[in-house]
Amino acid sequence: MSPLFAMFLTGTLVHLSFVDYIIVAFYFALVLAIGWYLKGRANTGEDFFMAGREMTAWVAGLSFLSANLGALELMGWAGSAYQYGIMATHWYWVGAIPAMLFLALVMMPFYYISKTHSVPGYLKLRFGEPSRALSAVSFAFMTVLMSGVNMFAMAKVMQIVLGWDINFSIWVSSITVAIYVSLGGLRSAIFNEVLQFFLIWAGALLVPILGLYEAGGWTNLKLQIAERASEQYVHMWAGLGQFTSNPMGIHWTGIVFGLGAVLSMGYWTTDFLVVQRILAAKDIRSAEMAPIIGAGFKMMVPLIVILPGLLGLAVLPMKLVPESVAAATGQHSFNDVLPLMLARYCGPGLLGLGITALIAGFMSGMAGNVSAFTTVWTYDIYKPLMNNKASDQHYVSMGRWTTIVGVLISVGTAYLVMQFASIMDYVQALFSFFIAPLFGTVLLGMLWKRATGAGGFWGLLCGTLSSISMWAWVKVDPTALRYVALSPHAKALAQDMYQALWSFIVCVTVTVVVSYATKARPASELAGLVYGETEVPSVGDLPFYQKPLFWAAVVVVVFFILNIIFW
Amino acid sequence: MISIWFFIGISLLVNGALILAAGIYQLMNRPETITIQLYDLHANVWWGAILFVVGLGYCLFFRPRGSRA
Repeated sequence: MSPLFAMFLTGTLVHLSFVDYIIVAFYFALVLAIGWYLKGRANTGEDFFMAGREMTAWVAGLSFLSANLGALELMGWAGSAYQYGIMATHWYWVGAIPAMLFLALVMMPFYYISKTHSVPGYLKLRFGEPSRALSAVSFAFMTVLMSGVNMFAMAKVMQIVLGWDINFSIWVSSITVAIYVSLGGLRSAIFNEVLQFFLIWAGALLVPILGLYEAGGWTNLKLQIAERASEQYVHMWAGLGQFTSNPMGIHWTGIVFGLGAVLSMGYWTTDFLVVQRILAAKDIRSAEMAPIIGAGFKMMVPLIVILPGLLGLAVLPMKLVPESVAAATGQHSFNDVLPLMLARYCGPGLLGLGITALIAGFMSGMAGNVSAFTTVWTYDIYKPLMNNKASDQHYVSMGRWTTIVGVLISVGTAYLVMQFASIMDYVQALFSFFIAPLFGTVLLGMLWKRATGAGGFWGLLCGTLSSISMWAWVKVDPTALRYVALSPHAKALAQDMYQALWSFIVCVTVTVVVSYATKARPASELAGLVYGETEVPSVGDLPFYQKPLFWAAVVVVVFFILNIIFW
Repeated sequence: MISIWFFIGISLLVNGALILAAGIYQLMNRPETITIQLYDLHANVWWGAILFVVGLGYCLFFRPRGSRA
């Protein structure tokens, strides 16, 4: 993810008309109305924290995808496409699709039949309280900080794009999120994420359509990019044979193993922010279909994110520059490419819709973080460690108050980031520390019955510490990049990939070694938690076209075709 | 319970109507200074119309009635 915090330009990128303001105001009115309508349907713990476990595959799937489709993602990856070319698409295809399908077909049955409320909750069942406590505390801490980072990023973007006051943006967005999540709980957050999904497509799809029209089609666009940048900018795999032959400075092993096999697997299968949406599905078939539906749409997202960045390379009259240069010279930065393209094609009304899509992306990002934080705090920290004998009503009240407190902490984080902008970089890096090792722990827990509680805990702890150590090593001594990322030419994204890969390996190794040194749990205690000891539930006797496996195969075929086309 | 798709329909319908209206207004009152590219394609007219029709379809199909979730 490309940070947006350093955008300190003067003036504004776009000017909204009266009808644009009406569209923005209508969005706020609608999300509050949805929260108000759903408040009567969030009275029990299952309702408030798990949306009653009654979401259809489509609602859960679109919400699962939208939880990751925030405005930071949209603007950051459009900027990365301008900076690195079509290679940025790897984060949407190999960096997402295999992991989503793996979640659907391999991991989801275990999450679902264990009836856990959260990923730390699964760790409690499989490895015991210490593993849950470690993952819950780290997740809760980071999630609420990420919510604040989202809030600050939104306020900063609104200041730059529209000239809005930062305090106004922070408080209006946070109060709105606090109201609709505390009223309707997870169901409210999910409804607004699905709404955001439609707004983003409605608001952003015109840019690639009109951009391709202006550029004269895809073939002409490629020629123009080759002229203005390099031919490597339109190839996804062709330049990955060497670190120096592509704009990102990465080797294909980093993309396939670091990104595809570890980092994306960790994010899409164990980050509770996204997994929580699937746990709300109404039955096992919906729970398996939801990530597959998400994967189908995920493959299309580059159309509204990567393509605008590439079009910016071809049609924008000015050359965009890195954040640091933009801050010093007043030029536009890479991350401005999406708002600039919106302003290029969108007149009154359309511009309002595009800006609303960005606001919706930021706000649902905040709401997603806050609702996940609320669940983990209530069920994995407060209930087991502080008060395990209260009534269901008490935990619902705790959830509502935690939502408000979580939003207030996020506001505090937003102001902290405002004072010390570099914190934003650290928070994002910290968050990534936990993802890869957590994937190793959950994966071994589900697939290897010999893994023990001590093995799970020490593997998770050592994996996390190794990730932090590598990051600190490169911070202190930048030449260490040649060891961590296997090349002195590696860029920050490449470092993330290899850091994830090594920390995953450390986690798995420690888990295996400690497990063999400690006593295994009886097989009878592992039913419903581990392959080999669990009867995986069937989706039922359905025609082939209704089975998750069939649709997963369709997604795989399309995935390969797309990668070959844009090789 | 009102379906989520009904809320989606409301959003597309209202936004489509506003964008279409803004587009028609611009069509009848051409601005002196054109600040966007491809103005003559009148994207806000046809895009607003598409959103309006899709939103109307969602509203009608998923309108609150009985027990549809």
